[in-house]
Amino acid sequence: MTARHVLLLGPLLMLLGAAYLLPFLGVMRWSVTLPEPGFGQYHAALSDPLVLGVIWRTVRICAVVTVIAVAAAYALTLIWVRGGRTARTLVELCIMIPFWISVLTRAFGWLALLSNKGIINGWLQSLGFLSEPLTLVRNEFGVVVGMVHFLIPFAAFPLATAMRSVDERVLLAARGMGASRTRIFWQIFLPMTKNGVLGAALLVFVFALGFFVTPAILGGGRSVMVAELIYLRIFQSPDWGLGAAISVILMVTVGLLLGVMMRQNRGAAR
Amino acid sequence: MIQAAEIGATAIGKTFGQFTALADITLTIARGEFLTLLGPSGSGKTTFLMVLSGFEAPTTGRLTLDGRDMTDQPPEARGFGMVFQGYALFPHLTVEENIAFPLKVQRRSPAQIRTRVAEMVEMVGLGGHGHKLPSGLSGGQQQRVALARALAYEPPVLLLDEPFSALDKNLRGQMQDEMRRIHRETGTTFVFVTHDQEEALALSSRIAIFERGRLQQLAPPREVYERPANRFVAEFLGDINILPVAGGKIEGRPVILPGTGNAGDLAIRPEYMGLSVTEPAEGNALPARLTDLTYLGAETRLTLLTAGGVPLILHHPTNSLPDGLAPGASVWAGWAPARGFLL
Repeated sequence: MTARHVLLLGPLLMLLGAAYLLPFLGVMRWSVTLPEPGFGQYHAALSDPLVLGVIWRTVRICAVVTVIAVAAAYALTLIWVRGGRTARTLVELCIMIPFWISVLTRAFGWLALLSNKGIINGWLQSLGFLSEPLTLVRNEFGVVVGMVHFLIPFAAFPLATAMRSVDERVLLAARGMGASRTRIFWQIFLPMTKNGVLGAALLVFVFALGFFVTPAILGGGRSVMVAELIYLRIFQSPDWGLGAAISVILMVTVGLLLGVMMRQNRGAAR
Repeated sequence: MIQAAEIGATAIGKTFGQFTALADITLTIARGEFLTLLGPSGSGKTTFLMVLSGFEAPTTGRLTLDGRDMTDQPPEARGFGMVFQGYALFPHLTVEENIAFPLKVQRRSPAQIRTRVAEMVEMVGLGGHGHKLPSGLSGGQQQRVALARALAYEPPVLLLDEPFSALDKNLRGQMQDEMRRIHRETGTTFVFVTHDQEEALALSSRIAIFERGRLQQLAPPREVYERPANRFVAEFLGDINILPVAGGKIEGRPVILPGTGNAGDLAIRPEYMGLSVTEPAEGNALPARLTDLTYLGAETRLTLLTAGGVPLILHHPTNSLPDGLAPGASVWAGWAPARGFLL
């Protein structure tokens, strides 16, 4: 770390310090001072069935979203990296276009598609498949759909890196020995991209933990996740201390997972 | 001993768009032979190996295996062993698992697989490394794993694509000896691609020389070196001196030529040319000027310029070099008539 490094990193460090670190220290202080000094709010947070319920729901939704998003991204990325030229371009567009669209726009897009008077229910009813609309939003299903859609590109990038680093000749070698495509995929290709899968899963999971907009809109207040709970505690109740304590718990969890991710990346690079 | 196979290629051609990678290759690879495909990069040697393996389909021509047509067979149906450039080992599998992979594909019994893997590990001298991952092995060791994996299922033909290109010179020599031993022990037909001429001369029972997609010569190493079929082969393998002949004379001096021709290019290998201070009494000789000497230990490499301006290279034993030789000296370059050949 030379003087030049400090100079170049300076503006970024200052921004992070002023916009994230200082406010977060403030939040940490609230968590141990409001309404009275001590760790009472942490105790309250971890013994309140409502908070625990939200944490459990958050972890459950994030786990489901991670599995679906990574699996879907794996299939898409496989075509993106190894498919024919037309399929490749098509998939690239499918990954890139949503990536550039705001999370808010996408959530409302899904609402328009999935709500009781939305496009899907409209079609199904006018074609006579349904008499009552299916409940596709304002529940966990809607939240999962919206989050998976948002997170697929984020899973696709680390997966693409992992797949591109697979030596084509290794696959040719397996084929030359008479291995079937199924065997080559499960026994050679998938294990060789295992680190990409783990990296993508961690990235998606960490990202999903802090989701606010998508669950707020597609969950419709019924499938509250941690970030929304914090928002409610801080903005709609006088209970700042509890909100702050949950924030710190979320932050520490994310920090630990990021640590695991970085260690794993370093291991994979070696 | 493996049941080795004979491969026949008839008029094989391969084009990529406008580019002709192979043109009219016809040859027979004998059962159990060690054939080297040699040529500069882009000469078509690797393309030909890929056509033999089945990973590339020829544009024209037919391939046979022991007389049966295999042109349209995919690589997996041919059952050849293949060692890729860069080895292409499965990075997440241990040495033993790598070697066992093709055996598992063939659904051999676990007991058979264990025995065979142990045999192969022993044959390539990797005892004690069986549980290591490829990343924990040196380049030479990875090379051995690739060889063991390709030979584990007793293929009738083993194809090798520049297997030593990533190894340093000492290791290369050692692996070449090993390769010859393994070829002897297994008896399989080996087809080996290289751009290293020394490697080709040292290993092969025959060498196929490729240039610009065409087969230039197919012959045993000694014949390719001493009786090259054309000027490209002569110049590609080692150093060679080429003197233009017209009407039985070189630079106006009558010379004794081999065979019946009396015009063309006379080629003589540097080690068959001698140097003397006075005109030799026997054989052919040309007056020349010494331009440079390079001391190489047992041998000294001399460069000469003939009176007619043709550069010559001579490899002369250092112990019989005339005393006091220095650049600028007037000398004679001589050769026995039988040692020259007309191109």
